[in-house]
Amino acid sequence: MRAIALACALILAALAPAGAVEPDEVLADPVLEERARALSEGLRCLVCRNESIDESNADLARDMRLLVRERLVAGDSDEEVIGFLVERYGEYVLLRPTLSGANLALWLAAPAMLLLGAGIAFAYLRGRAKPAAPEGLSEEEKARVAELLKD
Amino acid sequence: MIVELGHFALILAFAIACVQMVVPLIGAHRGWRGWMAMGEPAATTQFLLLAFSFTALTYAFVTSDFSLRLVVLNSHTLKPMLYKVTGVWGNHEGSMLLWVLILALFGAMVAWFGANLPPKLRARVIAVQGAIGVAFLAFLIFTSNPFLRLEVPPFDGQDLNPLLQDPGLAFHPPFLYIGYVGLSISFSFAVAALIEGRVDAAWGRWVRPWTLLAWLNLTIGIALGSWWAYYELGWGGFWFWDPVENASFMPWLLAAALLHSAIVVEKREALKSWTILLAILAFGFSLLGAFIVRSGILTSVHAFANDPERGVYLLAITGIFTGGALTLFAARAGALQAKGVFGVVSREGALVANNVLLAVATFVVFIGTIWPLVAEMLFDRKLSVGPPFFDMAFTPFMVALAVILPVGALMPWKRARIDRAMQPLWGVLVLALAAGALVWTLQTGRTILAPIGAILAAWLVMGALVDLWQRTGRGDLASKARRLKNLPRADWGKAVGHIGFGITIWGVAALTAWEIEDIRVAQIGDRYQVGNYEVTLVDVKEVEGPNYISTMAEIDVIDNGTPLERLRPEKRIYPVAGMPTTEAAINNGVTRDVYVVIGDPQEGGGWAVRTFIKPYANWIWAGAIIMALGGVLSLTDRRFRVAAGARKARAAKPVPAE
Repeated sequence: MRAIALACALILAALAPAGAVEPDEVLADPVLEERARALSEGLRCLVCRNESIDESNADLARDMRLLVRERLVAGDSDEEVIGFLVERYGEYVLLRPTLSGANLALWLAAPAMLLLGAGIAFAYLRGRAKPAAPEGLSEEEKARVAELLKD
Repeated sequence: MIVELGHFALILAFAIACVQMVVPLIGAHRGWRGWMAMGEPAATTQFLLLAFSFTALTYAFVTSDFSLRLVVLNSHTLKPMLYKVTGVWGNHEGSMLLWVLILALFGAMVAWFGANLPPKLRARVIAVQGAIGVAFLAFLIFTSNPFLRLEVPPFDGQDLNPLLQDPGLAFHPPFLYIGYVGLSISFSFAVAALIEGRVDAAWGRWVRPWTLLAWLNLTIGIALGSWWAYYELGWGGFWFWDPVENASFMPWLLAAALLHSAIVVEKREALKSWTILLAILAFGFSLLGAFIVRSGILTSVHAFANDPERGVYLLAITGIFTGGALTLFAARAGALQAKGVFGVVSREGALVANNVLLAVATFVVFIGTIWPLVAEMLFDRKLSVGPPFFDMAFTPFMVALAVILPVGALMPWKRARIDRAMQPLWGVLVLALAAGALVWTLQTGRTILAPIGAILAAWLVMGALVDLWQRTGRGDLASKARRLKNLPRADWGKAVGHIGFGITIWGVAALTAWEIEDIRVAQIGDRYQVGNYEVTLVDVKEVEGPNYISTMAEIDVIDNGTPLERLRPEKRIYPVAGMPTTEAAINNGVTRDVYVVIGDPQEGGGWAVRTFIKPYANWIWAGAIIMALGGVLSLTDRRFRVAAGARKARAAKPVPAE
């Protein structure tokens, strides 16, 4: 129990102070820096709880931020930087899941559910638009109607 | 001694809850009045016992009774009194005790204010509420007992997590729990109605105020939590799409859907089975949230007390209650006959659209939250789903909701025509588009986000005002004003709630689009420009607080020539817990916050200083509070008060059995 509490405290400690980008990391070229920031927002700090490397002050996040900037300065495109990090740390590093394989189910879930929901709702509403169909006449009633009409 | 009494009271409450679960249910089934009537005193007694138990735990915290394990782990003699008290629920065990206390309170409130309910329905509601109580009390007593003693008490405690020593965070759990647990009442009503096999307009009328109460508290709780994250985590984010946040957001979305569908049940006797399903799912998601937060299955910023054993127990509770209710629903939903007849284009149709959008939005949040788990278990892929996914997949639903809202709100019941509903809204549409165009030309960047936010916000706010104005009918200004004053509170609540939604949309859009950030090393005395603001780092010094040591900076900001009050951001260290926290200093304004954070001292001298200009940040939470206020206004509507009056009259003169 103590161990768990301690682990929690450590994890929280890692996130507590205003960390994120330190002044000495900032690139001189504002265009490159802006690209670095945009990329960092989509990359997960691996040791943190659901934080991007842009927000985290963990040492690993700092290393990753420096790595991103290093690659950018070396002339990599955004895709190449992401590719490099995924190769190194795995798919886990991407906060925005790729559109590949099973992940298609994740990305298509929203439109699919919307279509399904809208379809069901529309069918329901169409059903409610008509008063419940009057129940058909029983044989007895039909006979009676025929009798009345005859007269 | 008091602690022991509290412990006994807790166990006794468990026994009473068992009685409350069984006796009224059998009574309602057999039609035995005496057995049915057992529910009310049981619910009241259970609540009183738990209230005593909670008071006893609070007493232990206030007096720093370090023979209690929980107090040692979460308190300290030097901690300010406020946080000694809030420390009671700043941990797993204490927060569960608060949870069952609120659960019992809601059960007791049905007993106290439910005199106008049919006795069978009331007995069943109280029994189902009792069953939930039994499950959670067993969980509390057998896996997370807050009253465990230590054989050798230490001299002092280990202090509460410093992040939790903050008013915003200290007070948001009670609101959240009233919200989560309040949904249990809607659930109990749904299950009771399913057992009964009858849902009518009266059922809709009873369920609505309870849902409203839960929803508005959830709104306040979420807003407080988000506000805390904004000023405490040090970079001014307000929403992180973190599993724990999502856990509170999903029930909120479903409760909002339930509020709207219950209107259709109440007014039109339609959408019954859907409303029952929503009531079950809304509480189901509350339970799922408790599981996510407390099991640690999805790691998150706010999770506490992660423990697999507890996780399994909570999963079982979630499964049994949600699964059981859904089975009952599958068996009984066919018995619920819809009555109302209406066209596709009608108020009913608009409310159905609202429900589809909210329900699918909930589903998107849900699948995004659990996808990492699913991917790992089924496809052996370890991946993350973060804010970029949620922003992209969730936002369109809120935009669609905002677009249809004012039109739907103006539609009449049964059959409507879009051109008729739009008639008073054309002016609003033109003005909203003009506001968007204005924002587009005034902004320096070229983001489309802010103009869209402006259009939607103006459309919602003015649309709600037009809705109110339309209700005043014809006549001169004086008679219109009089009618406006005499409108039902529910109409005011509706308008105010929708206005709040618009304001929040504007806050989110403007903050996301226009935030300015500046990170630099500043020497003492340095003066620099951030946007239109001139910032000076005046001084940095060490300050000692009651249970922490602080590095405090003094920063002057000049806003276009007008100096603002001096800002004092801090970096604190809590030696007992061994944890640092940041205290950002914020100058709050109507149109912007100036947000400064002091970082670490640098090797070559000077300090890391972060300055943010956050436009319209406060509108996000102001909008949420206005939404909650709309809920309060609706709750005070005459028909609920009239029902209360009728109850008194009936209580005074018992009505003979039918």
